[in-house]
Amino acid sequence: MNDRVMKSYRFREEREGDWERLDLIVTRAEKRGVKALSDEDMTALPRLYRQAVSSLSMARSISLDQNVLAYLETLCARAYFFVYGTRASMGQRIAQYFRRDWPDAVQGALRPTLLAALCLFGGGLLAFFLCLQDMEWYWTFHQGWDPRNPDASYDSLRDTLYTEETNIADMLAAFAAQLFSHNSGIAIFAFALGFCFGIPTAVLLVYNGVYLGSFFAVFWQKGLGAELTGWLFIHGVTELFAIVLAGAAGFMIGGAVAFPGTKSRMQSMKEAGHSAALVIIGAVIMLFVAALLEGFGRQMINADMTRYVIAIGSLLFWLVYFYWPRGQREAA
Amino acid sequence: MAKAATAPDTRREALKRRDIRLKEQARRAKRVRALVTPEGAALNLKIATASERAGAFLLDFALQIMLIIASVFVIAWMFSSMGFQGWAVAGSLSAVIVFLLRNFYFIFFEIGRKAATPGKRALGLRVAARNGGRLTANAVLARNFMRELEVFLPLSLLLMTVEDEVSAWIRLMGIAWTAVFVLFPLFNRDKLRVGDLIAGTIVIHAPKTRLKKDITSAAPLAAATAYNFTAAELDAYGIHELHVLEDVLRQSTREIKSRVAERIRDKIGREKAAGEEDLAFLEAYYAALRARLEQRMLFGERKEDKFDTGSKGPQEGKTP
Repeated sequence: MNDRVMKSYRFREEREGDWERLDLIVTRAEKRGVKALSDEDMTALPRLYRQAVSSLSMARSISLDQNVLAYLETLCARAYFFVYGTRASMGQRIAQYFRRDWPDAVQGALRPTLLAALCLFGGGLLAFFLCLQDMEWYWTFHQGWDPRNPDASYDSLRDTLYTEETNIADMLAAFAAQLFSHNSGIAIFAFALGFCFGIPTAVLLVYNGVYLGSFFAVFWQKGLGAELTGWLFIHGVTELFAIVLAGAAGFMIGGAVAFPGTKSRMQSMKEAGHSAALVIIGAVIMLFVAALLEGFGRQMINADMTRYVIAIGSLLFWLVYFYWPRGQREAA
Repeated sequence: MAKAATAPDTRREALKRRDIRLKEQARRAKRVRALVTPEGAALNLKIATASERAGAFLLDFALQIMLIIASVFVIAWMFSSMGFQGWAVAGSLSAVIVFLLRNFYFIFFEIGRKAATPGKRALGLRVAARNGGRLTANAVLARNFMRELEVFLPLSLLLMTVEDEVSAWIRLMGIAWTAVFVLFPLFNRDKLRVGDLIAGTIVIHAPKTRLKKDITSAAPLAAATAYNFTAAELDAYGIHELHVLEDVLRQSTREIKSRVAERIRDKIGREKAAGEEDLAFLEAYYAALRARLEQRMLFGERKEDKFDTGSKGPQEGKTP
């Protein structure tokens, strides 16, 4: 046997060039995308890929060279991920998300959305009426550090609603604070905790509703209801909508885990997770918009009327954007 | 006399080492998931270990923190030089940067062509769909929003200030509860995080491997012919020893090479000829051994290691 060249050596010698060419193409594609490939590379790619895959299965049975095997194994995996990977560019994907995926996902989640809204506003109304009957309830839901409590005077409460002098640094600070506020945390956790059958999600939503409702009651009692509504809903429409949608995403996953139907639990959870992810990233974007509205809009606009117009305008905008029936042409 | 007494000892020692090695091999085999491509070939994908993933995450986290610190300084300097409240603005803007990084850093990189963040790339990891299909953007979004639960919730609990004993207990319970999510990857076969579970993804270890030169080029083969190793000399070792020899030839120092050459000569009972180069001897032996083992493999006999003597070896019943 020693006077002839080994089979595995000849095998490698014959194919090495093609492997290296595939390696080069895949490396280039990984670095700079499909656009970096020439037409020649594109036509050669399927052949080279198939050849590498068949080389791999052959090498496994005839070669004992570890390096060759490891090389082919990773080369094939990389080429596989490229050949069967996604092709859409980031720009296309983002455009498609805003044009179709996001509203579709929100529309598809109508029932969880209603359930989440019920939890949030139900909790809010409950706390509101409880507090109107007996202000002591306020202290059950809140800690003492907030100056906007039942013992505050009309004037000091009113002062918190309007900003006299503004500068850009303050606005930025308000905007930044809003990004990390209590509410945006609640939204994300409402989603993330959904898989425990949706129970923590419901608790979080009700809790947030209660918090809000009792807060509202304080101002209502002092005759500041209308002013507070303007102050709250200029960004609150967007923010609360985002929380409701995040809760809906949590309920989608919780429902899929609790009632998988004919699918396996894992499969059902995975499918729900995919559409819920579309809803939740939308909710994050809405929270960002809400922070902009709060940071800049609310500080600059101190007229109740304008605040109401923006609040109603944003509500209409989101409703139309999400629920306006879209033509079937895209689905067909 | 002393030699006769130590011989069984060394053999027992060697067998023990072999057992450890086989166990290690079995453990590693558990990490491999076969993915059958549409062409019908099986790719062996390796699951990333929990420690690799933790390492990748720490790298990413450190990178994020460095980005934030750098941006704060740059923004503060820019606004200060324009005669504006530099630090106040920088503080606010950095919150925006934290928001963007926290929500979109992982998503941005994992949706990208390499399906891996810089930290994952550094450790040769990438995200893949569990069923071998396309990794969709939705899956990436889902797996990364769960991070909130696995990273930021425990972190915020750790940073929570404790005033009295009750809140200390609440914090402790909170930490214990979130530990379930943090430690989740350690307790399942595929090392899935909760996010992976929801998204249907898996993280695999697929580092780039360079194709090195084949050791058995024409020269060692010709030399192997000159050495004219006998069948008995070549049967002293098996595939495992061949692979060890390959590693020695590819990456060890001169001294180690000559020591290995010494041991092989000892084992096969060959005297060192005058003017014989250790490296040349090793390459020639490697070539001859590989040729013989590959030939036997073609006939369906894999000699796994030097203890493997066909059917009546100590490893009876072992899977090939």
